[in-house]
Formats: sequence, structure tokens, C-alpha cells
Amino acid sequence: MVNKSIFELAQGLQSGEFTSVELTRNFLERIKQYDSTYNSYITVTEEQALLDAENADQRIQSGDKGLLQGIPIAHKDIFCTNGIRTSCGSKMLDQFVAPYDATAVEKLKQSGVVVLGKTNLDEFAMGSSNESSWYGPVKNPWNTDCVPGGSSGGSAAAVAAGLCAAATGTDTGGSIRQPAALCGLTGLKPTYGRVSRWGMIAYASSLDQGGPIAKSAKDAAILLQAMAGFDERDSTSAEHPVPDYMASLDDDLNGVKIGIPKEYFGDGLNDEVATAIDQAVAVYRKLGADVVEISLPNTHLAVPTYYVLAPAEASSNLSRYDGVRYGYRCENPVDLEDLYKRSRGEGFGDEVKRRIMIGTYVLSAGYYDAYYLKAQRIRHLIADDFHNAFEQVDVIAGPVNPTTAFKLGEKTDDPVQMYLGDIYTLPINLAGIPAIAHPAGFDSNGLPIGMQLIGKYWSEPKLLNMTHRFQQETDWHQQLPTVE
Amino acid sequence: MSLDSDQVLKIAHLARLSISESETGQYASDLSNILDLVETMNTAQVDAITPMAHPLNMNQRLRLDKVTENDQRDQLMDNAPASADELFMVPKVIE
Repeated sequence: MVNKSIFELAQGLQSGEFTSVELTRNFLERIKQYDSTYNSYITVTEEQALLDAENADQRIQSGDKGLLQGIPIAHKDIFCTNGIRTSCGSKMLDQFVAPYDATAVEKLKQSGVVVLGKTNLDEFAMGSSNESSWYGPVKNPWNTDCVPGGSSGGSAAAVAAGLCAAATGTDTGGSIRQPAALCGLTGLKPTYGRVSRWGMIAYASSLDQGGPIAKSAKDAAILLQAMAGFDERDSTSAEHPVPDYMASLDDDLNGVKIGIPKEYFGDGLNDEVATAIDQAVAVYRKLGADVVEISLPNTHLAVPTYYVLAPAEASSNLSRYDGVRYGYRCENPVDLEDLYKRSRGEGFGDEVKRRIMIGTYVLSAGYYDAYYLKAQRIRHLIADDFHNAFEQVDVIAGPVNPTTAFKLGEKTDDPVQMYLGDIYTLPINLAGIPAIAHPAGFDSNGLPIGMQLIGKYWSEPKLLNMTHRFQQETDWHQQLPTVE
Repeated sequence: MSLDSDQVLKIAHLARLSISESETGQYASDLSNILDLVETMNTAQVDAITPMAHPLNMNQRLRLDKVTENDQRDQLMDNAPASADELFMVPKVIE
């Protein structure tokens, strides 16, 4: 039963085929059996999960028909959870227990989900391979020599290995879509402001956005329905109505105009990935879509721009970890400055320190205009590229990542190489628009290939609809790795 | 753009990060490589473009100056690495 979709699990729970307690035990058993291989969980909350499941069973018996009632999921360990450690993958927060739930966690709780635990991630969500976690790297269930992607690598690996029905993730530069792609899953980064950031530990606040990682578009729609919505406590939350994401899933695609950005198919794109994307585009054509070539001329500026803006915001956001109010504190500080410096020096890992230092540098006196302000101007150009394209087309399609999953350790010595892999995902965060990753085939080594659909502001219904129709025509999303 | 070890130590000081002498060379090289990547921005002529600070160009919403959160002092103090008498403890700052 662990490989069923949320929709099928909900049917099983409602019909009494199995109970949430049975389902939850099943997942917990698998976590015990297999997660020593994948390392996808940082914390497993067995007792609480079983209590949640008992309560959900009672609600189902009293007639609650909610699709998420009793469904076991996991949260990326960046979402604060009341009374349960929230580590953000860092030694800095190894002992941190938030006294409240993040809004996304609370909303899912109200929908009746069972929380199995907190999943592994790159430290403070800074990474594309889940190798910067203080709790060790996560392995890709499709090939344990390979990375699952990052930063939501634990969430993706756990869903792919059948260690939860679905999971939450966050996406600052591709951190939902890239691991979803590398693990053969469907992951949605919603429009900025769609899912509340309250209680979601901040990395780069103008880019961060929470969303679902699931086995299909339909499952992603069910999760997003619960997570989305205006939140007074997040000053950047948008007051925009939440549509019924399930209602439009089956809409036909006749006449939908898809733009193929030529810049996404240039040097650096692996041939097998390119071929799979071409074939996926052909499926959309068969479904009635019109396909035209478009241009996003400033794509090449996205990586440099992101690596100014995101570290700048990070250096500011992470200044709160000072060893005084919460988080790691060094032993025997001689004075206040020593307390700050050593707590932060010992509490943060290398990648986090690199980004804090880059951010500090680009914001420092004399450099602000040349770096930060310039990057904000280019950000505008990149956003305009998309807005111009959306005057001609409804949706933009391309790869998620230039390659399939790479080997563990392959890029850890060269941060810049790691950064360049995010070329197709970063521009979307800079523009604040939504995008979905969905499976589109496998390479010759049996590793999943992901396709990306990018939409206008608030076009989540269209992205989910297109992906759902694609998944009615193909079975890539139903393939499972061998879990052992 | 190339940073030397002294510049790295200065940046680390501004960021209040201790890094050991032996690490400064590696950081200097990594940070210089990242700044080289960032230099690509200079190929763009953008002086006439308005900087974009918010992806939706929304105005910042303001709330009423009213207490809305519950008092969680005890739970919050539980996370402090060192506290006494409901205060955060730090090394002596005034002689």
C-alpha cells in the first residue's frame, strides 16, 4: 500500500480497506528497515504519528471525507514543528525545538495528515545535492551512489523510496523541482506568496517558497490545496483567492500554447535529457497543445544574479544565529565577540559560511551598487523576459536540470560547478512565478529525467492540469526504484 | 575578482565568523571563483532598469500596532543555551 497515490490511499481509508494506524505502521516499519540506506529522515516521530493516525481513524469513522485525512507525510526539516526538533540540517539548530507550528504545517494538520517525521536537507537549504547537511548526505533511491538533489533531497528520497506518501519542500532556486526531477517525482514551486513562509526557516526571503513533493500532479494538487492561502503572519503572503486545484485537472489541452526557450537547450544540456524533453513535448502536442520557440535572452545572467541576491539575503537572515537566544553556543567564550564568532564558526558548515561571506561582501561599504543593486536590476530584466514570453504563450516548457542525478562527491569540491547546474530553475524564483517538475523518462543508466513547466503568476491550476493530463498518457511517474 | 587571505579574514570578521588560518586559503579560492562567476553581470547594461526587490511588486502590508501573539516566554527561554532569572546569559560586557 505504500506505493499508492494519496488519492488511492484516501479511497482505501474511506472504504475501510485499511486504517490510518495500519498505513502509518507500514511506513514506520519501512523507515526502520530502509532509511539507514537513504538517510532521508533526520527525525522520525513514531509516537506522535501513531497518535495522529488513531485520531484520523476516529474522524474517518465519524464521516470525515477529507482526502488528506489519515495520510502519512513528512515535513522538510526547515518547517517549524511545535515540540519537535527543527534542525534545518545544521549543527546550529541541532537542539532547537520550536514552540509553534509553521503555517503550512498547521494547515496540513487541520487537513488530518499524519506526520511521520522531519526530512533531511542541505544545511539551511543551501545546496543542490543534499551533501551539505550536518546529518550526512542523502542517497538517491534510484542509485545509492548518486545524490537525490537538493535542498529538499530528504523529502524527495523519502517519497521515492516509499517512506512517506508525500512530503513538503521549499524552493529558493530549485530546491523542490530539482530533487523531484532527480528522484522521478512531481514537485511544484508555487507563485511567491502562495504558501505562507511563517515558521519556514528563512534562507533568502524574497525567493523562498514552500510547496509539495509527490508522486503525481493529482497528489501535488491535493497537498497544495491544503498548504496554500493568505496568512496574516507572513507580511509577503498574497491576498489572492485559492482556486479548487482538483476541479481543473482534467481540462483538455486543445490550443494551449507552449513556448520552448531556445536558451534552455544550449551547451551543457545532456543529450539524453534533451531527447526525453523533446519526446515529452511531443506528448503535449498530441494532447492538443501548440508549440512555438521563444527566447528568454537573459537566462545566462540568472546564476550570477542569484548568487548575489540569495547570499545577500542569507547573510542578513542568518545573522540571528548568535549563540545567545537559541541555537549552538561555543564552549567557554572569552568575550561577546568570541561568543558570536566561534558559535557561528563552529555551528555553520562550509557552504553556509561561504554564502554568508559572499553576502557580507556584496553588501559591504563600497560594493553595494556594483553587486547588490546591479543584481536587483538584472532580476527585473529576467522577470521581464518571462512576462514578455507570456504575451505569446501560456506555458514555458524545458528541462529541470542539465543532467540526471550526479555521483555523491562529484561536485562538492567545486561550488561553482554545483551552482551552474541550477541554470534552468533559478530564473523562476527570481521572477517569482510558479513552475512544476514532472517525470519525463529515464537515461541509459536508469536515472529519472525531469521536465519543467513554467507558468504565469497564479497559474498553478494550469501547471497541475497539464502535468495531470501528461500523466494520463505516460507512466514515467508510476515507475518505482528498487528499495532494499 | 580575486580575494586574498586578508580580505577573507576581514569579511569573516564583518560576518562574525571564526575561520581558522588554515582555512583562509581555501575560502579565498572558493569565494574568488564565486565572484568570477558573478562578474558575468557586468556584460549587462542595466543602469536604466529599476531594481526589483519584491517578485510580485507588492506593497508591504502593515498590521495594526496590537499584540496578537501569546506570551511564550518560558518556551522561548527553554531554547536559550544559557539563561538565568529569565535573562539570556552572555560573557561580561562591562568591566
